[in-house]
Amino acid sequence: WKALRRPLSTVKQVYSFKEKHHGDLQGAGDQSLFTSLYTSLAQQLPREPMEWRRTYGRAPKMIHLEANFVQFKEELLPKEGNKALLTFPFLHIYWTDCCDTEVYKSLVKEDMLRWQNSLRAHGSADWVIIVVETNDNKKKNKTNILPRSSIVDKIRSDFCNKQNDRCVVLSDPLKDSSRSQESWNSLLLKLRTLLLMSFTKNLGRFEDDMRTLREKRTQPGWSFCEYFMVQEELAFVFEMLQQFEDALVQYDELDALFTQYVLNFGAGGNFGWSGLLLRRPIDMEKRDGIQRGEASLLDLRSYLFSRQCTLLIFLQRPWEVTQRALELLHNCVQELRLLEVSVLEGALDCWVFLSCLEVLHRIEGCCDQAQLAANCSHTVGLWAYATDKLKSLGELCGLVSEKEPTSEDLNRTVDLLAGLGDERPETVNSLQSPYKKLKEALSSVEAFERHYLELSHAAMEMYRAIGRLRSARLVGKSLAEFYMRKADPERAETFLQEALKSYVSEGWSLPVTHTRKQIAACQKLLGRTEDYLQTSALLAGDVNLTTEERKHFCQEILTFAGKSGDQSQKVTLSMGVFTQLTRLQFRPATASVHSGAVLQVELTLRCLMPVSVHIQQLAASIHFDLERGGTNGRSKGTQRQTNPGTVEFHQSNSSAGPPSSSAAGPPLELDEIQDRSPSDNSLNSTGVVCKNTHLVMRRHDSHSPPDTPNCVSPPAVAMKEGAQMLKVQDVTLEPGNNSIIFTAPSGQPGTYTLRQLYATVGQVQFVLPHIYPSVQYEVYSQEPQLTVEPLSEPLLAGLPQMVKFTLLTGHYTVKKGDALQLSNTDTMPILPSSSCTARISNPAAEIIFDTYNVLSIQSSEKVTSISLPPTPPYHTLEFHLEVLCLIPSGDERPANERLTNGEVRHRPRSYSHPDTPMTAIDQRMSIDCPWSIYSTLLALTFYIPFKTKHSLLSAGNRKYIQVCVQNVSDVNFTLAEVKLTEKQHATLELQSLNTKTQQLLCSKHSVFCLWEVRWKDDLPSCLQCVFSADFSPLNQDISAFKPFHYQFQFERVTTLYSVRADILPPAGEQHCRSGLLCGLEVCITRLTEPAEGELAEDSKTDTDGLKTTKLMYEVADSSSNWAVCGKSSGMVSMPMAASATHKVQIEVMPLFAGHLPFPKIKVLKYLPHTAAVAIQPDPDSCVENDSLSLLDKALDDQGDTASIRSRGSVHSVGSGDQQQKGVAMPRLEPFSPGQVFNHSYTQQVLVLPATDDHIMEVNAT
Amino acid sequence: MAVCIAVIAKENYPLYIRSVPTQNELKFHYTVHTSLDVVEEKISAVGKSLGDQRELYLGLLYPTEDYKMFRKLHNSFTDVMCNPFHNPGDPIQSKAFDGIVSGMMVQTG
Repeated sequence: WKALRRPLSTVKQVYSFKEKHHGDLQGAGDQSLFTSLYTSLAQQLPREPMEWRRTYGRAPKMIHLEANFVQFKEELLPKEGNKALLTFPFLHIYWTDCCDTEVYKSLVKEDMLRWQNSLRAHGSADWVIIVVETNDNKKKNKTNILPRSSIVDKIRSDFCNKQNDRCVVLSDPLKDSSRSQESWNSLLLKLRTLLLMSFTKNLGRFEDDMRTLREKRTQPGWSFCEYFMVQEELAFVFEMLQQFEDALVQYDELDALFTQYVLNFGAGGNFGWSGLLLRRPIDMEKRDGIQRGEASLLDLRSYLFSRQCTLLIFLQRPWEVTQRALELLHNCVQELRLLEVSVLEGALDCWVFLSCLEVLHRIEGCCDQAQLAANCSHTVGLWAYATDKLKSLGELCGLVSEKEPTSEDLNRTVDLLAGLGDERPETVNSLQSPYKKLKEALSSVEAFERHYLELSHAAMEMYRAIGRLRSARLVGKSLAEFYMRKADPERAETFLQEALKSYVSEGWSLPVTHTRKQIAACQKLLGRTEDYLQTSALLAGDVNLTTEERKHFCQEILTFAGKSGDQSQKVTLSMGVFTQLTRLQFRPATASVHSGAVLQVELTLRCLMPVSVHIQQLAASIHFDLERGGTNGRSKGTQRQTNPGTVEFHQSNSSAGPPSSSAAGPPLELDEIQDRSPSDNSLNSTGVVCKNTHLVMRRHDSHSPPDTPNCVSPPAVAMKEGAQMLKVQDVTLEPGNNSIIFTAPSGQPGTYTLRQLYATVGQVQFVLPHIYPSVQYEVYSQEPQLTVEPLSEPLLAGLPQMVKFTLLTGHYTVKKGDALQLSNTDTMPILPSSSCTARISNPAAEIIFDTYNVLSIQSSEKVTSISLPPTPPYHTLEFHLEVLCLIPSGDERPANERLTNGEVRHRPRSYSHPDTPMTAIDQRMSIDCPWSIYSTLLALTFYIPFKTKHSLLSAGNRKYIQVCVQNVSDVNFTLAEVKLTEKQHATLELQSLNTKTQQLLCSKHSVFCLWEVRWKDDLPSCLQCVFSADFSPLNQDISAFKPFHYQFQFERVTTLYSVRADILPPAGEQHCRSGLLCGLEVCITRLTEPAEGELAEDSKTDTDGLKTTKLMYEVADSSSNWAVCGKSSGMVSMPMAASATHKVQIEVMPLFAGHLPFPKIKVLKYLPHTAAVAIQPDPDSCVENDSLSLLDKALDDQGDTASIRSRGSVHSVGSGDQQQKGVAMPRLEPFSPGQVFNHSYTQQVLVLPATDDHIMEVNAT
Repeated sequence: MAVCIAVIAKENYPLYIRSVPTQNELKFHYTVHTSLDVVEEKISAVGKSLGDQRELYLGLLYPTEDYKMFRKLHNSFTDVMCNPFHNPGDPIQSKAFDGIVSGMMVQTG
């Protein structure tokens, strides 16, 4: 009976139940029936959830149904095409407690019919009839009581055609009984089921209708606002079912559709800019506007967003609100721009500003402080956006300036504020509404500044807190622009520098340029001249700027430079921004000159200025280092470049433009490698290796970003005044590459390192504090050097040879009249030459021809003087001289001769050289040079081309001398005039047995010459011979013959003894037989009277007065042909008289048959120990053992008598007695060759085989 | 429509940056640079969860209108990097790359 309708705004769900009660008769009693049931019905219906199965495959959901009950009126039934879902009657209920059949028949049935008809007429099939039974009713109408079932049955049969569930009985609803409860439960279940069924059906139909409507959106006359209302209806329904997600989807769909709609058709209209309003769940005011189709774009957007916001907050997703808000604001601005809606300037800014703050307030309202702080990454965007908008508003209204706003500005402000309208009632009473904030901010310059700073700092702090430093800096930059407008450059600069640092470090050239320009303005205002000029220099070279701008900044520098001022006003700037040193080149490329020479340094400077700049002075300071200054004249390997003498400077700080990482990478260091075969040195393979692979191949992106637009603030430049400078005055640097040539100081020897570079332009000085890589050049001083070397190797002694004199003048200037004084030596005379010219060449090895270069050579007895042509310093003087090294003839001469200059004369000593079979002689020269008080000693090595040997041959008493000349050189010679002379004995005749007068002596061959010695009276025991011959290289002129002398000496030439041996066959045999003993008879005969020397030497007088000498013989058969039986050696005492003979018999046995050579018989001198010997070692054992073994060795080396003698003495020393040298023990001494003549030296004897068995044993040896 | 396309090196310096000529180039440079904040944030977030590592598209970087069209550019970028004469870390100066970028800018604009 009572219509219950809840207002829409309660957000509680509203379901319209139609209930019909028949109550004409029951009157108030019937009304009380529903009223009494209503409370428990309304309470209990939503208590149990129902599963809601949905169409289109959407997931089923459990929902609680809540209902609104409204009394049935026919006019409330929805007409065809009704789109209202919120007021839709989902289920119609007919309540009755009639229990009287009559009453039912007469009244109730009719009423029900009418009700049913009207329902049917409106196409509604969702109804139910509830029959309420109470015991009271039954009691009251006891008489007329029909069985209860009959009424229900009647109703069912009358109305519920096969739909028995459409009639429900509720028993004793007001009683607290189990039956009543059961009855309630089944009723509620029935109601929920039916209600949900109807709801699903109608919602589906609604959605279908809605879609149909949406599809018509391209047709003319379609209204978005109309459609909006329809879909929002659906959203409301979902919202009431607490399905916020679904509700949000509806709004999102509307949002998207609207965006599309705006893009396609446009929607406009006038609008205010009061901003979003999020405090009300539903902004009915705007909704009505939409409903009326009068909403502006912003209205629609605002309303949509407020609904989305509400739902998102229900869904506890406040951060999505902020994100969507930002998107919305951007979108709206874009849309209005797209639609070309004419808006009052600043209106949009107002709208955005207010909306940002509104969203932030709304979020702040539902989150606590900690949550807000933790999520400022979501809100910071809005803060920054609001800041931005407030700033542009301030600029628009003339609030960002030193001065007060103009009246024009004020008018604009008034217009803008008017557009805001009145403050909404929701916020009128709050102290800090966005509305109030904006109004206040726009009210005065001071208020604006306060609000703007507050917002800016808040945004910056938030950005910093979440690590978005770039964003923070961008806000800071914006703030700096504000300060600049407020003429507060000091504060502005801090922010600008911070931003600039970040752009520079990350290599963003355009922002760098822009920010730097702002900084320049700042610095100019602040009067920081040096900084300003430095920045100006950077900007003047910045290619991102226009030429005009660059010229302006360049002019700023030049203007300052042109000011005449005192020294204190001088400004030092970093050169890198002004001009860049790209290349440095030395001339000569070695970067090494002797002192006083010209060294040029060419600098390539890339001027970055847009105009040509006149430089008063360009200077490079030099560090001089004496220690490293070498006299070696070679540059140390400081320049590794492939291009010698050129240093390339890689620009690490180009003032603008993209960074080049090639500067970061080291240059390749390449080397060629060759693989050669070890055997014949032929090339197997060749290749190129990179020596610094570890640097080149290093990951490029792992190191710091490449150097980018230069330093934020140029480094402090320290000028080091060097003692020496490279200077050039008055240079004009054109934009681009300039070449400047310095002449480097080269006075003092040492190392010069280029340290700094200065360019002076008036009051401004540009300094390059370090030249890197370091650049050095060397100035050296060289002592004069004189060298002598063979013109061709090897130098042969005995022949004229050319030698080359080389004089490196060094720092010495050879003046006219300077001469070299060579001390003459006998062994190497200098051969006079008619045309001796000198060659002078400069350090670059270019020959300087000069007619005065003829040398004059003057020789005196002791000195050869070579006068030198005048030669400048550091030149090379060369000339050739012919010298002859005499071959030493082998005789000894007293040493220690003194030269004219007091030097000890060094006898050239010959020695055998390991590399050549020739004997080498080092010939020293002593030269007095004009530049030194000391003599220069030089050595030349000559080689003797010959090896000469001599020997004495005997035949009984007759003597022969043989000389063998061996050519050990590589040259073929002709040998002529071979002569042998004896120096002391005139009577001696040496008869040549050589037939040829000239003889060819080829390389590596020998020539033998023979002479017979003839004498008249006595043969002298000692012969001193000189062999001489003339020789010349083959096929040369007679005049080229040079003498060759060879001296030698023989001692004890005379034959003293003859030894004859005879082999006697065994007795009774005619021949010897192998294996049979036979006799060996040795007969030693003295041939001459003792000479004087011999007597004194080793004879002694026997007891019987006869002078005797002791000989020792030995039979030794080395070829094992003979076996010596018994004693093989023995001592004989020989009288020292001619023809004295001693015979010895020895038994020997031939071991083989055939013609056997006689066994060897040796005769040696036996020198007994003297009587004076105190200690007497056992002589016999000594002789028998040691001396014999010594003999074997000694006799192998017969040629050198002296050697044997000395060995003997060594032996005696070695035997243990050191106090009495040489005489302590008896010893053996061999005779000189020729002293003993063996007649049977090569004699043979026939030995027959032992038995005559016809077997011939052949022994071929 | 792409109004500005930038390829940024790992060290945050621009390898390539080009914007629609009619617009304020400087503003884009500032914007792109500032958006690196978000790139860094997202990349470090990606690094934390291994599963997301293959996601190369970073989404909306900076709350204005510039979206990063990464995939399409990536192929061309790969080509540039495969050039043996290209030094990784150097600014991109490839004509082919330039052409692709121009195409992307013209396509919808």
